[in-house]
Amino acid sequence: MTIQLFIAGYVLTYIFNDPHPVITITILGAMSIFSIMNIFKQMKFPIKRQIKWCIACSMMTGPIITLLFFNGIVIHFTPWYKPRYVIPIAGMIIGSAMTGLTLALKNLYEGITSNRDKIEAMLMLGAAPKRAVKKYVDQAFDSAVLPTINNMLGMGIVFLPGMMTGQILAGISPTVAIEYQIAVILGGLGGVSLTVIIFILLSYKVFFTKNAQLDL
Amino acid sequence: MKGKSKGAYGEMFVLEKVVYKDIINLDYLEVKSGVVTCLVGESGAGKTTLLRLLNRMKDIDSGKILYRDTPIEQFDPIAYRRKVTMLSQTALIFPGTIEHNLQVGLELTGRPACSLAELEEVLEIVQLPKALSEDSETLSGGEKQRVALARLLLLQPEVYLLDEPTATLDEETELKVMTRFLAKVKEAGGSVIMITHSTKLVEQCADQTIMLKKR
Repeated sequence: MTIQLFIAGYVLTYIFNDPHPVITITILGAMSIFSIMNIFKQMKFPIKRQIKWCIACSMMTGPIITLLFFNGIVIHFTPWYKPRYVIPIAGMIIGSAMTGLTLALKNLYEGITSNRDKIEAMLMLGAAPKRAVKKYVDQAFDSAVLPTINNMLGMGIVFLPGMMTGQILAGISPTVAIEYQIAVILGGLGGVSLTVIIFILLSYKVFFTKNAQLDL
Repeated sequence: MKGKSKGAYGEMFVLEKVVYKDIINLDYLEVKSGVVTCLVGESGAGKTTLLRLLNRMKDIDSGKILYRDTPIEQFDPIAYRRKVTMLSQTALIFPGTIEHNLQVGLELTGRPACSLAELEEVLEIVQLPKALSEDSETLSGGEKQRVALARLLLLQPEVYLLDEPTATLDEETELKVMTRFLAKVKEAGGSVIMITHSTKLVEQCADQTIMLKKR
């Protein structure tokens, strides 16, 4: 860990001193690809190729849209590719989205496979697939955002967040550190929510055939 | 397969050279409209599979299934299932009251809710003297099956595909419930295809009997 962090420190110093849009975009791409591969690796059940596409699409869109909104509208720094801001914020947003998506996928898969009979019984009555899996989709979304929300509830009372602690130790005023922390946490929650919503909207259909039959 | 028909009604389903895996292999089968058809046969003969094929929960490997002269693949599957509705063997019960469990079928299929009087009427038809406010989790297996039957009545499909709808009831209650249920369906012009192991039910209620044999 010490060696990894030292290397990261030197690499970041080099990138921060010589900012370039191509380098920033390359790093964002590498972070996204690593997070997608990490999600694939963590799944203990076989994932269909279409589900992998859904994961890749949602991880490539949700965090990036959040990042653009956050950097362009909330913090509003120039130039837009300034790595000092982009890379740490992207790291937090992509990291939260990765954790959320992993939980959502696991819960969606388990919810649908272990309730196969109930879902089929609803389809037999004439329910649309989207309605038949609504409960499991909602549960998957809740499981994805719950860790971030729980984290928010304990923040400032039970513990001080890492980023804020780092800033305070570096001599920044706690009130300024708090502003950044609130913005980052809300950005993370937005990133998780958007990524998981995109993923669920794309992926629930993969569990059904074109004739609205369950296909596991 | 052998069939015995005593209804003089038009064909509702026609199955021609239908093959599904090594479970179903039917050369020709007709099911009449407006009558009660009982599917009988030993376990593993493909009775449930046949109902699932008619409900489009599975697609045939080869052959043709016509519903009122139209191949079933030509219907939108969801709209089709709202006309040809199947009740699974295990009763689908949602957490909540009996009222919720009855209304949920309408909500699932995009229909408006029914009045309390209509809900009480269907409970009376399936011989379930329970309050609508009662928690469905406290019901016995047989009572849950009757709630599922009552829910199906509210949906008023054209065809009722029933997979052993009263398997957990004693013979006397089963006959009482099904006689009233089937009378109500027929009164509304519906048709029923039902899997049953009860000889008495077949004798009393079936207009057409289809015997499936294990392959």
